[in-house]
Amino acid sequence: MEYLKAFLVGGLLCVVGQVVIDRTKLTPARILVAYVIAGIVLGALGVYEPLVKWAGAGASVPLTGFGYTLAKGVRRAVEEKGLLGAFTGGLTAAAGGIAASILFGYFFALVCKPHEKS
Amino acid sequence: MIDKKNYQAFADAHAPKSKIWKNLLFAFLIGGAICTVGQGVLSFWKSAGLDTEAAGSATSASMVFLGALFTGLGLYDRLAKYGGAGTLVPITGFANAIVSAALEFKSEGYVLGMSAKMFTIAGPVLVFGISFSVVYGLILRLFGG
Repeated sequence: MEYLKAFLVGGLLCVVGQVVIDRTKLTPARILVAYVIAGIVLGALGVYEPLVKWAGAGASVPLTGFGYTLAKGVRRAVEEKGLLGAFTGGLTAAAGGIAASILFGYFFALVCKPHEKS
Repeated sequence: MIDKKNYQAFADAHAPKSKIWKNLLFAFLIGGAICTVGQGVLSFWKSAGLDTEAAGSATSASMVFLGALFTGLGLYDRLAKYGGAGTLVPITGFANAIVSAALEFKSEGYVLGMSAKMFTIAGPVLVFGISFSVVYGLILRLFGG
C-alpha cells in the first residue's frame, strides 16, 4: 500500500512539472528551482508534512521534498539555537543529499565517458 | 486565406493533442516509478535500523547515487527522453543535471571544467533553496513563528 501511495503522489508531482513544461517552456533549471522554493513554502505553511507522512518517498523524493527538508531543518534549528539556526538549520538537514550529490556527481562524471546527445 | 494572425490559431488547433497527453502519462508513470523505487530504498534503510529522519537522508543520498550512476552509464538520459518531468523532478533528476553538466565540460579540465560546470543547474537550486530557507528562519525568529 505504501508503494502505491508513493507511486501516485510521486507521479502526480511529476505531472504538475510536465504541465508547466508543456505550457510555459520553462527550462529544467527553472523548474527545479521552482520545485525547491515550492517545497520550502509548502513546508513552512505546514502543508507538505502531512503529504510526506502519507506518501513517504512519493513526497520526499521529488525536489519539493528537498525544499521541505530545508524548511523543516530551519524551523527546528531556530527553536533550538535561535538566530544562528536560521543559517545552520537548512543545510544541516539537507547535508546528506547535498554532499552525496557533489561527491557522486563528480565521481561518476570522472569515471564515465561523455555520451552523444541524441 | 491564411494570414499570419490566424495561422497561430490554425496551427494550435491542429497541434497533436495526443502528444501532450502522452507526455503527461509518461511523466506520471516514470516519475511514479522512480518514487516507488525510492520507497523501496526508504523501507530498506528503515529495516536496517535507521530512524525516520536518518532513513530519509540515506534515501536521498542513495537516490542521488543511483541517478548519478545511471547518468554516467548513459541510461538516465534515454529514460528522460520519454520521462520528461518524470525524470527531472525526482532527486535523481538533480543528480542527472550535475553529472550531465560535468560530463559535457570534462574536456575543459577537472577544476574549471567539471567541478565548476557541474553546478550549472544544481547551483541555482542550492542558491534559491538555501537563501529561501534562511529567510524563512529569519521570519520565524523575528515573528516567533
